[in-house]
Amino acid sequence: MRIDCPNCGERDRREFYYQGDAVVLNRPSEDAGAQAWDDYLHNRANPAGETRDLWFHEGGCRAWLVVERNTMTHAVHAATLAEKVKR
Amino acid sequence: MRLATPEKTVTFTFDGQRIKGVPGEPVSAALLAAGIKLVARSFKYHRPRGIMSAGSEEQNALVTVGRGTAQEPNVRATTLEVSEGLEVFSQNAWPSLKHDVMAVNDLVSPFLAAGFYYKTFMWPRSFWEKLYEPIIRRAAGLGALSGESNQDTYEKAFAFCDVLVIGAGPAGLMAALTAGRAGADVVLADEDTAMGGRLLREREDVDGKPAADWVVEALAELEAMPNVRLMTRTTVTGAYDQGTYGALGRIAGGRAAGKPLECFWRIVAKRAVLCAGALERPIAFPNNDRPGVMLASGVRAYVNRWGVAPGKAVAVFGNNDDAHRTARDLAAAGVKVAAVIDSRDDAKVEGDFPLYTGAEVIATKGRHALESITIKTGNGTRVIRCDCLAVSGGWNPTVHLTCHMNGRPTWDVGIASFVPTPESIPGMVTAGACNGAFSTAACLNEGAEVAAGVVADLGLAAEIKTPSADDAAYAIQPLWAVEGKGRKWIDFQNDVHVKDVRLAAQENFRSVEHMKRYTTQGMAPDQGKSSNVVALAVLADATGRGIPETGTTTFRPPYVPVSIAVMGAGSQGKGFAPERFTTSHSASVDRGAPMIEAGLWYRPSYFPKEGESHWRQSCDREVGYVREAVGICDVSTLGKIDIQGPDAAALLDFVYTNGFSTLKVGRVRYGLMLREDGHVMDDGTTARLGETHFVMTTTTAAAGLVMRHLEYVLQAIRPDLDAQVISVTEQWAQFAVAGPKSRELLNTVLDQPITDEDWPFMACGAVSVGGVAGRLFRISFSGEHAYEVAVPSRYGESLFRQLVAQAEVMGGGPYGMEALNVLRIEKGFITHAEIHGRTTAFDIGMERMVSAKKDCIGKAAAARPGLLGESRQQLVGLKSKGVDHALSAGAHLFDKGASHSRVNSKGYVTSVCYSPTIGTHLGLGFLENGRARHGEVIVLRDHLRNITEEVEVCDPVFFDQDGGRARG
Amino acid sequence: MASLIALTPCAGLLPLTIGAITVTEVVPQALTSVAPFKGHKKAVSEALKAKVGAGLPALNRRSGAVTWFGHGVWMVAGAVSVEGAAVTDQSDAWAVVEIKGAGVEDVLARLVPVDLRASVFKKGHVAKTMLAHLSVTVVRTGADSFEITTMRSMSKTLLHDLEVAMRGVAARG
Ligand SMILES: [Zn+2]
Repeated sequence: MRIDCPNCGERDRREFYYQGDAVVLNRPSEDAGAQAWDDYLHNRANPAGETRDLWFHEGGCRAWLVVERNTMTHAVHAATLAEKVKR
Repeated sequence: MRLATPEKTVTFTFDGQRIKGVPGEPVSAALLAAGIKLVARSFKYHRPRGIMSAGSEEQNALVTVGRGTAQEPNVRATTLEVSEGLEVFSQNAWPSLKHDVMAVNDLVSPFLAAGFYYKTFMWPRSFWEKLYEPIIRRAAGLGALSGESNQDTYEKAFAFCDVLVIGAGPAGLMAALTAGRAGADVVLADEDTAMGGRLLREREDVDGKPAADWVVEALAELEAMPNVRLMTRTTVTGAYDQGTYGALGRIAGGRAAGKPLECFWRIVAKRAVLCAGALERPIAFPNNDRPGVMLASGVRAYVNRWGVAPGKAVAVFGNNDDAHRTARDLAAAGVKVAAVIDSRDDAKVEGDFPLYTGAEVIATKGRHALESITIKTGNGTRVIRCDCLAVSGGWNPTVHLTCHMNGRPTWDVGIASFVPTPESIPGMVTAGACNGAFSTAACLNEGAEVAAGVVADLGLAAEIKTPSADDAAYAIQPLWAVEGKGRKWIDFQNDVHVKDVRLAAQENFRSVEHMKRYTTQGMAPDQGKSSNVVALAVLADATGRGIPETGTTTFRPPYVPVSIAVMGAGSQGKGFAPERFTTSHSASVDRGAPMIEAGLWYRPSYFPKEGESHWRQSCDREVGYVREAVGICDVSTLGKIDIQGPDAAALLDFVYTNGFSTLKVGRVRYGLMLREDGHVMDDGTTARLGETHFVMTTTTAAAGLVMRHLEYVLQAIRPDLDAQVISVTEQWAQFAVAGPKSRELLNTVLDQPITDEDWPFMACGAVSVGGVAGRLFRISFSGEHAYEVAVPSRYGESLFRQLVAQAEVMGGGPYGMEALNVLRIEKGFITHAEIHGRTTAFDIGMERMVSAKKDCIGKAAAARPGLLGESRQQLVGLKSKGVDHALSAGAHLFDKGASHSRVNSKGYVTSVCYSPTIGTHLGLGFLENGRARHGEVIVLRDHLRNITEEVEVCDPVFFDQDGGRARG
Repeated sequence: MASLIALTPCAGLLPLTIGAITVTEVVPQALTSVAPFKGHKKAVSEALKAKVGAGLPALNRRSGAVTWFGHGVWMVAGAVSVEGAAVTDQSDAWAVVEIKGAGVEDVLARLVPVDLRASVFKKGHVAKTMLAHLSVTVVRTGADSFEITTMRSMSKTLLHDLEVAMRGVAARG
């Protein structure tokens, strides 16, 4: 698997650390309530198809990336710097 | 038998017998030249087997190479190059290949049919492990390992290209020529020792000259192109995501030349052209596994390429025109053709040999090698004497790689086989025989055309120029299995025959996947490369369905077996994991300190002194240094992170539970860091060096984790914060100077002496050490008056040696990890033994450190009801009854009188030590509602080490509870 | 008073020559990381240009004394201070070696998962990547030479990995 790092270009999967669903970008406020925090921390969809995950180019430039890919076809559509993603 | 006398030979041995081979040829060719037919015993029934093919698809001729540390089992004799002194052994036979006692399996074979193990060895269960399995394992199997460590070297490597061409037969060569001429960056990989594929094995012309000559010219042109890389002996084994291909390269010369044996390549290609050719398939007829029964294409390869006749009288049996080539080539080479048997009624072939049309082979005879065959024609049966039978059941396109990403090939009625389904692998196209185009002319054309399309995709223009070649049509009439008495083998490598597949159907394992698992067809090292299509056809027939309705076949990587050694290349010995060494490493080793791993770091366990025979003696002495005089410890492995920026303090407020914006410049504060789920991530001290400049300390274990976490927070969670984090762990060599005499010692190395007034507890700042700019922190992980002094790493070893020398003058010395651990347990300081990922701030008694004034990572979750309260297991101290009552980490805690079972467990022990300061064994642990139970006596039970001890629950701070020693 | 002796990260380990390839230690006088704060990148670049003769190069590039060193950070060869950036002394944090000789790409192809061939990775190109298990910065310094930077504590492992790959390539002759 290869990911096109916006900084470094296309790189082998071995350079990346996988975090999980990119929903973590939308952190609830401190007082958002138990349900919101439960969803944020624990509840994840497990889609067969399009996913949006957070990866870290740990073996490269150390940028956090939002990677859009398809778990069925293994296609990687896009990788965007997490700090540039609108939320 | 050799058709001509070779110019040069090498000598190798097969089961001790000296055999001459010609450099470049495979062991199988030399064995056939020497008239050796019996080469192996089969997997399950120990049937005598010979050589079937001339390629990597070989099912029978598996041998063991070398011995001892160099022993390698299950090597295909057809891909093993001969070399001087090579030692080759047959396998799976005892006492010898000719007299194999396990061949008795063959006599009881009616009982060993497919599904036999499942049905027979079911009861009683304990018999399976103790009796059945060991017996089966001994009886069935392939080659064995020597049990000795492999001393050979292997490599991994990466390659990149625009176009990867897989296979260098006519299609592959044309594809590489076309792409190369267009200026594309090309890798051409082929598993053979020489490129050319079938053009090296067939008697035909290309561009008006012998095919082999055309190959030489094509290769010369390719070699002259700087943008083309030729990789022979390299099998592309798998197709993976985003244009990554795995390839196994065998290195010519290998061990004898002091070279690595194999190299596993990851080839990243923008596009790939699969030109993998086709594999001839056998026909299942009675006793078709007798040594001497070969694939027709294999026979041609030995005759045409290696100049070896596999027999003196060769019969040919086929269902397609291609089989007739074999007869013609044999005749042309002067080998006697005993008969041509064609299953088709209308087959036409001319030559000086008997032709039987509408005929089939129904029996073979010969003890260890073929002596005769029996054929059935319209006029009855007939026995033909021959010592070799060349069989062609037609060709299966080598679609394997197209299946590696879940692709399913498509049935093609015209060739009675599967062809690749387009776009099965993104970026890969197929050309030539693997695509079902079997004539040489069609292969050359497709190779050129497909490559031209690929380079056009890449923005290059290619010219299609194809040489003339043979364009004979491929005519075939499917023939899968011939009826008759005796077993008709389909999967030779796993000993699966027609009846097994029919039995599977009869027992209702009608899907291909079920049939495979029931019979084990396709599960041998060759993964059904040659047997899948025949098995599928037999299953279709048995279930009364057509082949497309019955299913399809699919293949997983790797295309050929890949050794674990090459997959793990680079990770042998020191390559297994990086080693991190502190600047004081050699100074510690010089003092005889055993070095222990702390993550990737190596740290001294203790510093033994003469007369000490047990580590505890050293450890107790070192604890005494710190409690009574002064000790020195390298703490450089702790993570150090430089944090700067207008929002540096705000970042710390957000990642720590407690506040840091209120910290004064020149001061240090202890901080607690949570994960977002409310559990403790790490702890450590952070110093404020300037208004917008901090340096954070992490534990050794979590240094990488915390660095990644800070970058995560800054980039993903709080990109609004203007701050930068940089690891400076490696920049500074940092040493703890701990004990009542620590200030006194420091003043011997600092350029300006320090006083307690200027440097109170938790102060920090710049110091000068021998003219070098350093940093000093008055912090303590031992509970004593202590400092950590840091200098740039280049001076680390030098400062360590000087600190230790001074400490020794003062009655102290260096201390290692064991003493460090005792010192912190005595003070109830936690490490990752306690903050192991499941403990909360509440559990360790630090819930008041979660500031109410601000948000922080983990704050919301830490307030969840389940993470607070009496039901939680809370940090406690545990005191043993005395010096003879050692405690045990990992033990569980029980109420007195309760049985020591899981349901009664009230907690567990995380850290233990013997405390020379207090004179007894101490422990830290977690106990349900523990903070309310100080003073109670409970029971510690370690089932693993069989330890039961009564312990007193107490405050985790055992020593100097008011902290006066550290502050004073 | 202490009298401190300095040791380089690869002290006693280099040079190393196997076949046509030689590894030597590079000892920069000083290394300073520069990570501009928000909105200061241009000013920092200009300040650096005035001080060391080169501004902040593009991603994956080295320009004079300044090398891109990862997301939002550059490494300056030399001691330098500029406003508007996190400036950190890194002089002792890194082991820097040069690997040079015919076939050097073949050695690195055994360790680094990035295309370093001259047609793609030219002089002054920078890759933040891995060398076996190590995080490294690879810079092409010439037709047959690269500079490799890794963490100081892992210099032995870097040299071990390079040596194994060099032996494999040299054995092929
Ligand atoms: Zn990157």
